[in-house]
Amino acid sequence: MVASRAIGSLSRATASRMLRCSGYICRNFSGSSALRTRTHINYGVKGDVAVVRINSPNSKVNTLNKELQSEFMEVMNEIWASDQVRSAVLISSKPGCFIAGADINMLASCKTSEEVTQISREGQRTFEKLEKSTKPIVAAISGACLGGGLELAISCQYRIATKDRKTVLGTPEVLLGILPGAGGTQRLPKMVGVPAAFDMMLTGRNIHADRAKKMGLVDQLVDPLGPGLKPPEERTIEYLEEVAVTFAKGLSDKKISIKRDKGLVDKLISYAMSIPFVRQQIYKKVEEKVRKQTKGLYPAPLKIIDVVKTGIEQGNEAGYLSESQKFGELAMTRESKALVGLYHGQVLCKKNKFGAPQKEAKHLAILGAGLMGAGIAQVSVDKGLRTILKDATLAGLGRGQQQVFKGLNDKVKKKALTSFERDSIFSNLVGQLDYQGFEKADMVIEAVFEDLSLKHRVLKEVEAVIPDHCVFASNTSALPINEIAAVSKRPEKVIGMHYFSPVDKMQLLEIITTDKTSKDTTASAVAVGLKQGKVIIVVKDGPGFYTTRCLAPMMSEVLRILQEGVEPKKLDSLTTSFGFPVGAATLVDEVGVDVAKHVSEDLNKAFGERFGGGSVELLKQMVSRGFLGRKSGKGFYIYQEGVKNKNVNSDMDGILASLKVPPKSEVSSDEDIHYRLVTRFVNEAVMCLQEGILATPTEGDIGAVFGLGFPPCLGGPFRFVDLYGAQKVVDQLRRYEAAYGKPFTPCQLLIDHANSPNKKFYQ
Amino acid sequence: MTSLLTYTSKNLPNTSKWAVQFFVRPLSCSSQLRAAPAAQTKSKKTLAKPNIRNVVVVDGVRIPFLQSGTSYKDLMPHDLARAALSGLLTRTNVPKDVVDYIIFGTVIQEVKTSNVAREAALGAGFSDKTPAHTVTMACISANQAMTTGIGLIASGQYDVVVAGGVELMSDIPIRHSRKMRNMILELNKAKTLGQRLSLISKFRLNFLSPELPAVAEFSTSETMGHSADRLAAAFAVSRLDQDEYALRSHSLAKKAQDEGLLSDVVPFKVPGRETVTKDNGIRPSSLEQMAKLKPAFIKPYGTVTAANSSFLTDGASAMLIMAEEKALALGYKPKAYLRDFVYVSQDPKDQLLLGPTYATPKVLEKAGLTMNDIDAFEFHEAFSGQILANFKAMDSDWFAQNYMGRKTKVGSPPLEKFNNWGGSLSLGHPFGATGCRLVMAAANRLRKDGGQYGLVTACAAGGQGHAMIVEAYPK
Repeated sequence: MVASRAIGSLSRATASRMLRCSGYICRNFSGSSALRTRTHINYGVKGDVAVVRINSPNSKVNTLNKELQSEFMEVMNEIWASDQVRSAVLISSKPGCFIAGADINMLASCKTSEEVTQISREGQRTFEKLEKSTKPIVAAISGACLGGGLELAISCQYRIATKDRKTVLGTPEVLLGILPGAGGTQRLPKMVGVPAAFDMMLTGRNIHADRAKKMGLVDQLVDPLGPGLKPPEERTIEYLEEVAVTFAKGLSDKKISIKRDKGLVDKLISYAMSIPFVRQQIYKKVEEKVRKQTKGLYPAPLKIIDVVKTGIEQGNEAGYLSESQKFGELAMTRESKALVGLYHGQVLCKKNKFGAPQKEAKHLAILGAGLMGAGIAQVSVDKGLRTILKDATLAGLGRGQQQVFKGLNDKVKKKALTSFERDSIFSNLVGQLDYQGFEKADMVIEAVFEDLSLKHRVLKEVEAVIPDHCVFASNTSALPINEIAAVSKRPEKVIGMHYFSPVDKMQLLEIITTDKTSKDTTASAVAVGLKQGKVIIVVKDGPGFYTTRCLAPMMSEVLRILQEGVEPKKLDSLTTSFGFPVGAATLVDEVGVDVAKHVSEDLNKAFGERFGGGSVELLKQMVSRGFLGRKSGKGFYIYQEGVKNKNVNSDMDGILASLKVPPKSEVSSDEDIHYRLVTRFVNEAVMCLQEGILATPTEGDIGAVFGLGFPPCLGGPFRFVDLYGAQKVVDQLRRYEAAYGKPFTPCQLLIDHANSPNKKFYQ
Repeated sequence: MTSLLTYTSKNLPNTSKWAVQFFVRPLSCSSQLRAAPAAQTKSKKTLAKPNIRNVVVVDGVRIPFLQSGTSYKDLMPHDLARAALSGLLTRTNVPKDVVDYIIFGTVIQEVKTSNVAREAALGAGFSDKTPAHTVTMACISANQAMTTGIGLIASGQYDVVVAGGVELMSDIPIRHSRKMRNMILELNKAKTLGQRLSLISKFRLNFLSPELPAVAEFSTSETMGHSADRLAAAFAVSRLDQDEYALRSHSLAKKAQDEGLLSDVVPFKVPGRETVTKDNGIRPSSLEQMAKLKPAFIKPYGTVTAANSSFLTDGASAMLIMAEEKALALGYKPKAYLRDFVYVSQDPKDQLLLGPTYATPKVLEKAGLTMNDIDAFEFHEAFSGQILANFKAMDSDWFAQNYMGRKTKVGSPPLEKFNNWGGSLSLGHPFGATGCRLVMAAANRLRKDGGQYGLVTACAAGGQGHAMIVEAYPK
């Protein structure tokens, strides 16, 4: 399931920090200016420095919404009018968050692009006033400074940031299909240079404080403090404020200059950028790269390039105008709605709706040190969970331990960890061959080979040594949990936890409950998953659960398409051009041909004709020839260490030729191939909701995008049906049904939606 | 803090302007009341324990502590240690053959003399039949040498132990890079010319970039000064407070030096140079001068500067400790008992230098004493900010409850009993040797001022700390 690795990394940035819906309304203060009470902002004066503290009530984060903005301007106007105040400091009272961004709901409530453009214009005007302030303003940044928060900060004259891991600066708008709409596209290139600004705005990546200092995004760093006479976070904010006040004073006394010393490299870059020809080349290069990576499926990055270009080539006025217009246009696109939907879904799937478990799981034991087992161990130990990793052989165990170490060490190389932290994290891992210490385990996750009798044996062995409260979780992609639980003495403690490979990169965790699984067991599994940093969907037990079950019919169609004579390379490019991060043939190779065969056989047995399509014989023959995919070096492609461009495995020609079926020309255009794949996927997903495997469409979308690589620009199968139109989907299915029969029969829920256009999965 | 400092500023010879301005503030009355410590009744008459041998300090000496790069700069660490050891021999006249064992502390090890205790002892004229070992525990290495000796004596293994410490910061082992070292080692193993040539062909210029030892925590890569600055900020200790404290240390040290109170110093004739008789880092300045300095670690707005930090120092110290009955049998009049001690450790990142805060209440509890029982405090002064942060931490119930698991604070030591003869800020801080200086300062102060109990405590890299009670030997 490497499929959605790309999105995984893309959306990890957004994970929990960015643009949040505020969830509160300041109804009581509609006339607040008259009352002079402010809910989001308070301000005091230290000497001749005004300290403006932002602290939105009832929320862990500050978001730029209308109330906050108007209070802020009110305060700033007071400051500008006051004779006593000569400079100002802007700071958040919330540890861990400066301003996490603009309020998404503010945009979502807009009906037209003009309304959105209007919001952008207002933001631009506000920040322009800050930029032109004659009294220097210092932004004191601790915690997330993202999106609109960053645009605010870069409008100030000076920036001081706390040098801790929580302090991140960035422009994640692109991940929501929009662009920085409050002057960011215009200011950022001037501040950090065009190449760096493009990098920030096109990737949406988070920038840590020390990197930000090097880039010139912040002017000073403040180290976080340890305990003193107050809790560390509290005192650190206070200290940041003290330092910021000194700098504000220094700036107004002209003792400190806001001019930054540029390094040689920066000087060279800015010189190069003054040559129009060089600029044109850069725009061209960046645009090419973006087109290649997005396949033209995402409009936002191209518009960002366009807006930046306009600002530089035609001046500020034109730049601001273009920014606000494009901002308005983008906010209304399907892609943006899909991405925003995913963002909301992700926030939901980061919560434990089952409540806190009775006993927090602190001691974990993992059975099987294979790729999955070791991956699960890695994401557990680095969150401070004591973890036993048990394997049957010393060699297997050693391989797993090395995998965990390597995963951590790679972080050291990227400077995300120090070598000392790596060592101390690694000491949470206990590798062993026996069941020693299992009497203390709160949760056992088995990741042994996918074989029911083996899982049964392991379950019985484990139940003999674990304490009563201990949860037994099975990491399986297809074996029904109730069958595994059948031999358990305590089926209420048995649950499925389906991780995706590679575990440290893939964000999704699919938790599977049987009828007997207790609520507390589920709560405990979700709590552990959340601790491991996962986005979690909880589904009912059934063949293939949700994710595997959706993937199987699509894979079956992949086989048919291959049998119909479409080259693996062609198929891959067709699927990726639709927005899947990995091509369909490559996906089979990555998953493993033997696994795919196993799963197809199982599910075909369970679902019968509906899962038909291509012949499993194709997979069988591949397995018998040893073409197991990437792990064996050969599958549809040939994999060689160090070779980047993989070649098609020519030995496959014979197998494919022997199983060839004639293509049906009426449903074999490129577009039809797209839709044959996608509609089967979508149909099965909707059926899972219809059958109650899925509890909500949100979980269905999150599972599909984060676990299977369903194109994020479509927002997931359910969002796709909403945005594309259920009727259209049903029509397509009917057309294919006419050609291929039952596998394409639309499910009842989908038909219901098609029949009543008002019915939507997302209201 | 300033109000505490007023008391001392009164005693200072220099009545500069800043001192005057603080006189206006009301003097804290407590400091006046506590002025005659010896008169107070103690919680305990003595700390002797039944069935445990009393361990005494017969005497202790140190060679003058010098700023590194000055008169000792061409010597090796064992030269300094040897000088301290021969000074001890001269001072105490101890018969060489009664010394059972020698222990030295050191931090930055000279590779050639990794057991510097043995090399120094051999050269200092001790018997070659006396074994010696070297210990290391950052700035409390000498403390570790002493307490190791105490353990050996108290457990009845030995009667007479010499403990000391040495540090030479004028020369530190700077290594070749790992790649270069590997190559040199491989070259040693290479048998044929071909092998050698093929190894040499792998040489790259960057192999030559050296590895310097840093005064930084291995676990956090943070330099100690940086951590001290953060600590001072965490406890909201101002730059002015720090400078005032540093000035106090230098002024008191100068006074003690001038009055000849630093009797543990023995002169050292440096080969090829003049005889060194005095510590050379004592330099009382003015607050105005100190205020001009730029922050040394957190730039440009930090508060720790060269003037309010201890400086890199060369020096060595040595002490003769014995079982009490042995000392008496040999006809000595000991200076002090070495009593209860503790080692503590905590978070090396944010509480690196808070050792004294953790160690003080623990050692007092262990000994059954209170802060009021202590007549002489000798704290290791790594940085002004560190000392003042420790004072604040010791005086905070919040800190005691939230970080130390104690119900109440222990209280900060009264300044009039505190480091009265200067401290590491002014006298200098040869990492491995400071512990013995602290104990001798406490013992000598108790003798001079007539107190009974002294408390010695220090912080150390690694987030560790130490405290020990010194009891004056009855006159």
